[in-house]
Amino acid sequence: MTNEAVFVYSDQLLKYRFSQDHPFNQTRVMLTYDLLKSLNLLNDSSLLSPRIATDEELELVHDPRFIEAVKLAGEGKLSEDRAQGFGIGTEDTPVFPGMHEASALLVGATLSAVDHVMSGKSNHALNLGGGLHHGFRGKASGFCVYNDSSVAIRYMQQKYNVRVLYVDTDAHHGDGVQWTFYDDPNVCTLSIHETGRYLFPGTGNVNERGSGKGYGYTFNIPLDAFTEDDSWLHAYRTSFKEITEYFKPDVIFTQNGVDSHYYDPLTHLSATMRIYREIPKLAHELAHQYCDGRWIAVGGGGYDIWRVVPRAWSLIWLEMIGKSDISGELPKDWINRWQPKAKFALPSYWDDEPTIYPPIPRKAEIEEKNALTVTKALYPIRQK
Amino acid sequence: MIIEEIMKKNVITLAPNDTIATAIKLMDENKIRHIPIVDVNQHVIGLISDRDLRDAKPSILDFTNHDKKLDTKIKEIMVRNVITGHPLDFVEEVSAIFYENRIGCLPIESNGKLVGIITETDLLHTFVQLTGANQPGTQLEVKVPNRTGTLADVINVIKEHNVNIHSVLVYPDKDSQYKILVLRVQTMNPNKIVEHLTNEGYAVMWPHSSGIRS
Repeated sequence: MTNEAVFVYSDQLLKYRFSQDHPFNQTRVMLTYDLLKSLNLLNDSSLLSPRIATDEELELVHDPRFIEAVKLAGEGKLSEDRAQGFGIGTEDTPVFPGMHEASALLVGATLSAVDHVMSGKSNHALNLGGGLHHGFRGKASGFCVYNDSSVAIRYMQQKYNVRVLYVDTDAHHGDGVQWTFYDDPNVCTLSIHETGRYLFPGTGNVNERGSGKGYGYTFNIPLDAFTEDDSWLHAYRTSFKEITEYFKPDVIFTQNGVDSHYYDPLTHLSATMRIYREIPKLAHELAHQYCDGRWIAVGGGGYDIWRVVPRAWSLIWLEMIGKSDISGELPKDWINRWQPKAKFALPSYWDDEPTIYPPIPRKAEIEEKNALTVTKALYPIRQK
Repeated sequence: MIIEEIMKKNVITLAPNDTIATAIKLMDENKIRHIPIVDVNQHVIGLISDRDLRDAKPSILDFTNHDKKLDTKIKEIMVRNVITGHPLDFVEEVSAIFYENRIGCLPIESNGKLVGIITETDLLHTFVQLTGANQPGTQLEVKVPNRTGTLADVINVIKEHNVNIHSVLVYPDKDSQYKILVLRVQTMNPNKIVEHLTNEGYAVMWPHSSGIRS
């Protein structure tokens, strides 16, 4: 029997942890899991245990020397000098014991999700432990060691021979995935992010459109700081719909970083929970319209792990199982269980109050600028 | 950085007796906008740009047959007093030459022979690399007193956080008692550095401190 959706989960996914106070904290996956459990909307029959990715699978994207270096680093055997060349041992991606195994498990978890959907066992699959979109072929970057999404897309191409649309709504540019498929016309990438003028990683300009045969299959929509919900959603809906119609993918793969929220400590887009209601809704709709429902979703950034991530990520799962109309109060037992550990007062409701931040000056100008950016990004396909 | 490191060495050239038609074809095929004209000794004696060719072409509204005019020799329309550079010129100097003379390309000669060419686009790309904007990083802007040693002090703060620096630019501020430091740092999380700099009394202009909550 086909499940509507599967949720990839294991507490082993939490072992991807750089240090006690590092902002990338997979406790958020568990907090989301626990919130869904409190609602009785995550049955054990929908759970899927992740497998670990093999070296051969990692090598679909990564340089064997890099994999070797990560293994050595995790055993404490990599010199500081060599580590620097691979982007590890930095403030962003410090060395931690067992880092190869923990990183390969996140990749394997996304591969488990992919296999489940592509073999027809379920329409949708969610791996919130994945979405490490900054990982490069031979270099760790921006909290990411191996790039589960790049590996999974290559894996789908080779094993299932499909055309993949990758949609990245993390506040940071999805550079690792973009560069991996920059010259590939069978993978289309769309990244909507805060402009790289100041924010990491700095790339993701509108004129990065792919190269060689892949020219025209890379889309970037860099939004201004203080974009807010309406302008963000306009960019998302317009670009996602038009690009899907243009590319006609066999499968949709979404990266769901949830760090565009006003509360997020690393970014400045000033979005609220409203966009996290709408993001999965459109992905779901387009997956059914174009891809017989095939939709794989992964996590990504999200650094307010208490007030933002559990609600935002739960809404992806609830959309997958057709329960996204949930609103009102969050389950009391969940709040009571986690409030003592939380750094902030946990929210009581699914949706944000409109007053969580003061009005932003120059709103009209920012909206106009963003709308122009969308027009520029979509210009080539509107000409056809 | 010297020009030799960034110039294009395989230069497409023409002779003064080649035709305008040849030049049009060569520019289209190679997607270039300038062609140096050289004599038999590879010495630059002229230059034509896409603009010169456009001036020489008949109007698109003129429907009479002009094929003969495109057989005109390049020497008839080329610019003659060409400004050239040397492989050892500094990139900064050459940028000033482009700006002052309002030119779009500079042929590079050594011992009177053409050895390379550099265009506005190449220069701009070089400056992009100098700013480090093509490497994954975060941009910090700090307003500091215009005083000896301040840059070192700021960089020491960044060093304490074990963060690599891609590039440093020092801009003059409107107020000459201050400078603006623009640092591209290899980290996704600049918050600790920003907090540290703020505690040391520096004015961090971006990322906005309002974007940071503890």
